[in-house]
Amino acid sequence: MTADPNAPTASGSVAGRNLDLDRLLAHHKLMWRIRAFEEAALRANTEKLVLGAIHPSIGQEGIAVGVCSNLRPDDILASTHRGHGHTLAKGADARAMMRELLGREGGTSHGKGGSMHIADFSVGMLGANGVVAANIHITAGAAQAIKMRGEDRVACSIFGDGAINRGPFLEGLNWAKVFELPALFVCEDNGYASTTRTADMTAGPGPAARAAAIGLPAVEVDGNDVVALDEAVRDAVAAIRAGGGPRFINAKTYRLTGHTAADPDGYRARDDVTAAWTRCPISRLAQTLADAGVRGDRLADHERDAIEEMDAVYDDAKAAPWPPLERAFADVQDVGDPRLDAY
Amino acid sequence: MVTMTYGEAAKNALREEMHRDPTVWALGEDLRRGGVFGQYKGLPEEFGPERISDAPISEAAIMGVAVGAALGGTRPVVEMRFADFALCAVDELVNQAAKARYMFGGQAKVPLVVREPMGMWRSSAAQHSQSLESWYTHIPGLVVVCPSSPVDNYGLLKSAIRSDDPVVYMEHKNLWALEGEVDNNDPLPLGRRRLLRTGDDLTILSWSATVHEAVAAAATLEKEGASVEVIDLRTLWPWDKERVFDSVKKTGRLIVAHESVQAGGFGAEIAATVSDVLFRDLKAPVKRLGAPRVPIAYAPPLEDTVRVTAAMIAETARVLMKM
Repeated sequence: MTADPNAPTASGSVAGRNLDLDRLLAHHKLMWRIRAFEEAALRANTEKLVLGAIHPSIGQEGIAVGVCSNLRPDDILASTHRGHGHTLAKGADARAMMRELLGREGGTSHGKGGSMHIADFSVGMLGANGVVAANIHITAGAAQAIKMRGEDRVACSIFGDGAINRGPFLEGLNWAKVFELPALFVCEDNGYASTTRTADMTAGPGPAARAAAIGLPAVEVDGNDVVALDEAVRDAVAAIRAGGGPRFINAKTYRLTGHTAADPDGYRARDDVTAAWTRCPISRLAQTLADAGVRGDRLADHERDAIEEMDAVYDDAKAAPWPPLERAFADVQDVGDPRLDAY
Repeated sequence: MVTMTYGEAAKNALREEMHRDPTVWALGEDLRRGGVFGQYKGLPEEFGPERISDAPISEAAIMGVAVGAALGGTRPVVEMRFADFALCAVDELVNQAAKARYMFGGQAKVPLVVREPMGMWRSSAAQHSQSLESWYTHIPGLVVVCPSSPVDNYGLLKSAIRSDDPVVYMEHKNLWALEGEVDNNDPLPLGRRRLLRTGDDLTILSWSATVHEAVAAAATLEKEGASVEVIDLRTLWPWDKERVFDSVKKTGRLIVAHESVQAGGFGAEIAATVSDVLFRDLKAPVKRLGAPRVPIAYAPPLEDTVRVTAAMIAETARVLMKM
């Protein structure tokens, strides 16, 4: 990472990399918040307080942080079913998110969306999406609205490698390039499309090559190396904001849990998963920071604080009431009354 | 009072709304050359390529981009070219546009209009002739509009554009050249029927092109001494239940006529509701007239075999009048 001349912060150097330590400490802290949120969500699932499916992002925190830390609050993000980390990193309130997972009043969507439809429009987070690749079109559309209004905002979507075999990958990337939209597409390439090895069901050389074939500048980054990803996203966002059109980043990663909380993950060798834990983005960044001289207790504080925060968040959600029943009939549409006795 | 065609009426409505509101824009295939039916002619020159935007043949992207652009604060008007092609974009319409407001707990609305030219027209055969309006009435979150005349195409398109709900707006291809008087500059309310003729013996309810068959049938029946009320439903969802009830309470007889397949058609919803609520007011069973459950054929005589005509409506009416 090249040193930012404007950065007034501490910096260090490890293996030839100049590091903005304050920034990386913030990344480490945020990754721990995501990890602890996901652990709390899994606990809630075990305790049968989360009834619908949840898709944990444990192991993929580097991408949420590396991408979203380069977005402004007024930039747009559209996410996938595996969207807790993205949403937290974009700035949503963890308490409202956990309430949403438990279907409670005070949830981000008043308990009407759940995990797969986590959204916080107040921080530009246009929603997790239950349909693979659907967020690609939505991102292109949001980017088109930004361009029409002459704003310097960026719209970003993060989707999995399974999405590259759906039509919106072709249609949406083509659209973004044809209209030179301010859009960043990030493929969170964890190697599995649901529970099937993506490589087994995908022809050709993969996401970045497909994006490049459509004309988008495309790079491939180790998504578990948050330092490298941070740099790649920073450069891409700067180019997009400067009017350079859409960019594509394929971020390789590994999902350390099952596809859903209910997935026993029997299709992956235990040795592979165990080995993947050694490449976990949080411990990798911790090592980098330790090598740069950051004291171990500062890093341990991040972990402890995050777990304490998310324990409290979970306790709050457990104590929250169900939504009032009339909410079932609210926010359907302006015209017409949705109740059965009305028609 | 100005005379214009059904197509021109929509164009004028869109033009005026685009002048009124700079966030209104249209996107679809071939719009820069005026749209495949000429319904955008002149608008590309007037508003430029950003606001009358061409699109690749990517229906899913057209619809999905519109969803994103609507969530992003604009009011897109989507041109689907043929209602049949909108089937390539059903996820974007049904899972995204119709659901976003609800599943995100009211954080955002999706103010978009999807124009879906529908119906039988010039031997267009099975993939360019369908009337699929009833599908959309089944989807919570969507408004469904099927105008039958220039004045309604003008006023209802204006309302559709101003609505914060996603509106499926189905213009009938066989009506593009239909001329009529447009007598005001105001939007017409969604969810209100138009009363085309008042009568005491029978109500004929229809929408879209079949309205004209209903009117012709009523004229024939009138000559035979029957007093027939004709209602153009105009908006299928929400439908103007109270005013339809008022009519049937008065006449005691109802025919619902539509071009789309009768089985599972919206006529079934109306018939079931009226039969349920107005059972004691009915003098005869509620009758539906729709297409048989076959795809639309190419050869004109075959096409005509599935068409609901004025003669069929009149014949059904005569049977009901004897009850």
